[in-house]
Amino acid sequence: MKRLSLYLLIITTTLFLFSCTKKEGCTDPAALNFDVDAEKDNGSCVYSPILPPETEPIIPSGPAPLQIPQLFSQYINPPVIPTNNPQTYEGIALGRKLFFDPILSGDGTQACASCHMPENAFVDTNQFSTGITMALGNRNSMPIFNLAFNYNEKFFWDGRAISLEDQALGPVVNPIEMNNTWPNAVASLQADPNYPALFDTVFGTPIIDSLLVAKALAQFERTLISGNAKFDQYLKGQTALTSQELNGFSLFMDEQGGDCFHCHGSASNPLWTDNEFHNNGLDAVFTDNGLGDISGNPADNGKFRTPSLRNLAYTYPYMHDGRFTTLEQVIDHYSSGLVNSPTIDASLKYIGQGGVQLTPPEKADLKAFLLTLSEPGFVTNPDFKDPNL
Amino acid sequence: MKTTKTTLIAITALFTLGSLFTSCSKEEGCTDPAATNFNVEAEKDDGSCQYAVIETPEEEHEESHIVVNFNHHFDGVPVTMNNFNQFNYVTANNDTISISKLRYMIDEFKLYSVNGDSTILSAYQLIDLTNSTTMSVALDEVNWGSYAAIGFNFGFDTVKNSGNYIDLNSASWNVPMMMGGGYHCMQFEGKYKMAGNDSNYAYHQVPRTRMNMMSAFEDNHIAVRLAGISLNEHNVTINIDMNIAEWFRSPNTWNLNTYHSSLMGNYTAQKMMSANGQNVFSVNSIFQRK
Repeated sequence: MKRLSLYLLIITTTLFLFSCTKKEGCTDPAALNFDVDAEKDNGSCVYSPILPPETEPIIPSGPAPLQIPQLFSQYINPPVIPTNNPQTYEGIALGRKLFFDPILSGDGTQACASCHMPENAFVDTNQFSTGITMALGNRNSMPIFNLAFNYNEKFFWDGRAISLEDQALGPVVNPIEMNNTWPNAVASLQADPNYPALFDTVFGTPIIDSLLVAKALAQFERTLISGNAKFDQYLKGQTALTSQELNGFSLFMDEQGGDCFHCHGSASNPLWTDNEFHNNGLDAVFTDNGLGDISGNPADNGKFRTPSLRNLAYTYPYMHDGRFTTLEQVIDHYSSGLVNSPTIDASLKYIGQGGVQLTPPEKADLKAFLLTLSEPGFVTNPDFKDPNL
Repeated sequence: MKTTKTTLIAITALFTLGSLFTSCSKEEGCTDPAATNFNVEAEKDDGSCQYAVIETPEEEHEESHIVVNFNHHFDGVPVTMNNFNQFNYVTANNDTISISKLRYMIDEFKLYSVNGDSTILSAYQLIDLTNSTTMSVALDEVNWGSYAAIGFNFGFDTVKNSGNYIDLNSASWNVPMMMGGGYHCMQFEGKYKMAGNDSNYAYHQVPRTRMNMMSAFEDNHIAVRLAGISLNEHNVTINIDMNIAEWFRSPNTWNLNTYHSSLMGNYTAQKMMSANGQNVFSVNSIFQRK
């Protein structure tokens, strides 16, 4: 009886060990401490320090979910990603290559990045950008960040594009920008030794067309997310603000002070734009109707998309026509420079006096706060630089 | 002693063997004795249970599916985004105004029973006159019967106002902390004629207000209570009107020259808004059909 019990115990225990607790150890025969008996790798493998000569870096592939900043996840809706253009590592890489490649322009001299430079939060610093024919536009280049969070998907200063993909189609054929035709741009890409294979990898076809180019560009642009400025770090409890910056924030949020929050977001809307269109009192008579020319509604004349207040340190000059070169001029405008017109936004007040009449110290405080929304890490992010260099 | 030890070993062995079966390969099947395919040997339920179809008697309580539509007028003159920015309206104070924006939030649509109980039938909804899909609210199903009143909150109550709502944040609906925090009740904007010039007004109501920086915030949302309803069909449409003129009329005649801007932190203005707001909503019509 005793012996039987013992046998039974041994058999059972062995069974148990094999079926429920595999022996753990290093299971890689190439490792120095390879254990023949180990059935389950426990991550203990140690390798010889001499690396094989042809080791290649691991390139991630497949679905590439956007890296959403903590405060965005906490406070605002998820990004807009069209179901027919999911983010992939390969697609983002292709979009990035295209963004920095002058191949898309009529004479092969201008890339998207010529007027949307990463070191300036993807604008250039000219009042108007110069196209390949040296023609000047009539609008200031728009920064490119957090565009996946433009929920109503109206792009450009006047809202004429209805998706990021749609937006990407515009500048290539705009005569005052890249001045190309899509058939020509596509032919250049098709004749390139690299692009057909890259499109094949991303979209499953080596036959390039403008919509695929736009999709790739949009994938790259959606990764351009700025959400870790000093003010974000302050909200996350990682840094403190100066009393001047805090005063400026107070003024920004005070309806009887700057009253900026109605259009420009808040700690609870960390995009720092309402993604809407407003006439902010620049002119009595419009030389550029903005949204009005797109909607056909005269009540929209003089309205332009609210720009985000993030990265103002890099995105000068300001306004849709780049008329202000400094933040002081912008603040002066809202303080005492407002000009009445039939479509001026109703949330602007004391227009008869030109605005909310901030004192010089208040203006300085407001500026100090605004600059806490600029993110040095965004403009130096290596993932956003020219991959062709 | 020896026997005890042996027995102990045997028990241990059996127990181990038992636990091996239980932990590593339980027989799966339907474990509910009430099911038609009950498996006595099954130890782990795999969701396969099937039951006899029991004929239930017709339910005594039929339910209504209610859709509430919000319509807007100014003393009978319709207000839609199509007549925004036109000086079509004259207030009780004789101010001629246009409207360029009207957004407001309703919350917790409810029906009050005759004994005073209420059933909440909806979450919050931000209504925006530039987006017609926001102007209809679909309520939860509710039993037929007589109800003493239809009600909803205009803006959040203090408890709900302290929550975080990402869709409202994304719509820039927030109220700064210094003005009570949380979310607007209403953003109502446009222009009024003043000495021949067009001047802006921004009539923004917030759900909490305080007399001064030292005093406590008071709840300022509006608990709207409208006429009763007797539900007796499956599909019910309730049309509710907002008469915008009432915001300027009663009990407080609104003077836009005095109260036009920076009103969110203005205690007097906020109190007048929540008082006038008691009269702006009414039930225009109710349709019931099978």
